[in-house]
Amino acid sequence: MATETLTLGKALNTGLRRALENDSKVVIMGEDVGKLGGVFRITDGLQKDFGDQRVIDTPLAESGIIGTAVGLAIRGYRPVCEIQFDGFVYPAYDQIVSQVAKMHYRSGGRLNIPMVIRIPFGGGIGAVEHHSESPEAYFAHTAGLKVVTCANPQDAYVMIQQAIASDDPIVFLEPKRRYWEKGQVDLDAPLSDAYPLHSARVVRPGTDVTVLAYGPMVRTCLEAATAAAEDGRELEVIDLRSLSPLDLSAAYESVKRTGRVVVVHEAPSNIGLGAELAARITEECFYSLESPVLRVTGFDTPYPAARVEEEYLPDLDRVLDAVDRTFGW
Amino acid sequence: MAKGDPGGTTRSRRAAPRSRKGATGDPELVQLLTPEGERIDSATGPDGTEYRVDFTDEEYRGLYRDLVLVRKLDAEATALQRQGELGLWASLLGQEAAQVGSGRALRPQDMAFPTYREHGVLYCRGIDPIMPLGLFRGVDQGGWDPNEFKFNMYTIVIGAQTLHATGYAMGITIDGKTGTDDGEAAIAYFGDGATSQGDVNEAFVWASVFNAPLVFFCQNNQYAISEPLERQTRVPLYQRAAGFGFPGVRVDGNDVLASYAVTRTALDNARLGQGPSLIEAYTYRMGAHTTSDDPTRYRIASEVEAWQAKDPIARVKAFLEKQQIADAGFFAEVDEQARRESVHLRERVLNMPNPEPVTMFDHVYPNGSPLLDEQRAQFSRYLESFEGSNH
Repeated sequence: MATETLTLGKALNTGLRRALENDSKVVIMGEDVGKLGGVFRITDGLQKDFGDQRVIDTPLAESGIIGTAVGLAIRGYRPVCEIQFDGFVYPAYDQIVSQVAKMHYRSGGRLNIPMVIRIPFGGGIGAVEHHSESPEAYFAHTAGLKVVTCANPQDAYVMIQQAIASDDPIVFLEPKRRYWEKGQVDLDAPLSDAYPLHSARVVRPGTDVTVLAYGPMVRTCLEAATAAAEDGRELEVIDLRSLSPLDLSAAYESVKRTGRVVVVHEAPSNIGLGAELAARITEECFYSLESPVLRVTGFDTPYPAARVEEEYLPDLDRVLDAVDRTFGW
Repeated sequence: MAKGDPGGTTRSRRAAPRSRKGATGDPELVQLLTPEGERIDSATGPDGTEYRVDFTDEEYRGLYRDLVLVRKLDAEATALQRQGELGLWASLLGQEAAQVGSGRALRPQDMAFPTYREHGVLYCRGIDPIMPLGLFRGVDQGGWDPNEFKFNMYTIVIGAQTLHATGYAMGITIDGKTGTDDGEAAIAYFGDGATSQGDVNEAFVWASVFNAPLVFFCQNNQYAISEPLERQTRVPLYQRAAGFGFPGVRVDGNDVLASYAVTRTALDNARLGQGPSLIEAYTYRMGAHTTSDDPTRYRIASEVEAWQAKDPIARVKAFLEKQQIADAGFFAEVDEQARRESVHLRERVLNMPNPEPVTMFDHVYPNGSPLLDEQRAQFSRYLESFEGSNH
């Protein structure tokens, strides 16, 4: 098994390169994705190697990126669109929600829009406003879209290729604060044998509390689990990976053992993913629960100024505080 | 049926056209057939392009037949809505020439991206006119195969389809399908109101910088529901193209010949690799925006009457009569065909079954979804729980 140590960003770059190599219909498009290689360099070197008709620097208009990608998809292409930052996706929201998500349905299944919309999301990098948001609930709420996010380099490398190969339109959320974190990546394992895209995964087994997280918060929760273990509490951490559809089979199985659940995400709590998780777990695991499902999230404010974002974002201490509270019922 | 190349056809009788430019007194308007049915040999666009058509008598008669059929079927749909058989109908009344002219100018390999009013273009693409009635009756979402007929689904969100057309046209370029006579092109339909949308302006930018093989076909029917053109623009719409770096032309949208000529030229320029262009088909929505609208609240009768005098069908009929291209027997036969097809349309609409409720779960995703599978199963069990249920 040929493994390499890659950052999450480089793993995405390598996965995109593989997708371009494997299917001539794959095109990458977005602002600054060509010569610059994207503001986070996720498409670094791809235009040089695949040409400017496959890695397209677009005009600066997000609705245009997604709308023209719809047309390319109708023509038989598999567009991979980069939205430069989470807070810049909203000009494209109409095209995503009204066109991308509904085209297959409206055409009675005759048209596929095999599009991937890559969005760096979440905070923690000291950015100015509109650069640190977590818009996943908007997309997960929309029928016709699928939404996934990766939390480590191996998943980044595999999941981006799986998303591109899928005929479903997929919003692919990239945990931008984790772009520079390194991990082992198996570059040779065939995609067909890979762990299924829309499946959650237990990333740390435990017996006392089930912790559900995704994207940038998976690492935070793993760190919390390490700290909790020192206090004698074993947290089971599940990386949800797919936010729509949710795969909760592992979560249900876990909660039936632990009786306690903490959901962690950066996005605000109100009407967020955590609410859906709490509802579904309550329906499925009602008699196993020892306490209500607790949420550790960003607050219901606009994303704050960078100098207070560490207080806004869930961290190890807030996760452990919630873990403690599950024992207080 | 005017599907041949007008330059390459053999004519059985020449229609004695006059050569006249700017015959309407409006130097901006490309016109080849006056409201009185006078044929104009050629007209010049603002960039000096000469427009002309050279149809056979049979092709002229074919265009007349198209116009009459499209109007009759549209009227039938309006009647069906009034009788409660359709939830809504967006009538094309008054815009038949712009749609038939441009629709017949498309070559088989060209792809069209319509709004929700392009019933005439749909007809020209060979799609069964029953298809859009499913959408407006509420039994399905359209029903034709966009790739089979090279005519995308109706788009109700204003202007969104112009970006789809632009991306499709970019794909034509990437595929290397431009630069020759048998190259491909795309056409995006939209209205005067849509020109205020961001998507349309982004489509103009994209098409321009990527030199996309695309024709922007704007039917300026003077109103966006109730709002007149003056609420959308202070310059003639075709002039917008200049700011984006491609040619624009205003054509008499009630003149099927000029609409054909201008569209055919623009499409051929696009397929040859010369990039996009904008056509403003200057026309008038004779009816309401949709059957939910009451145009008497925002426009005066004399305006409608003035446009009535420019009717797109009457002028073709006058021309055919004057030039003795068609006789009374022909007109009667066309009317009879239109009557027959509209009766047939009505019968089929009334027989459209309601869809089974569980079909709402179909085609949400190409690869399906466990959540939907679960909801469908639960809903089916719920339906079955009713005693004597047919579900």
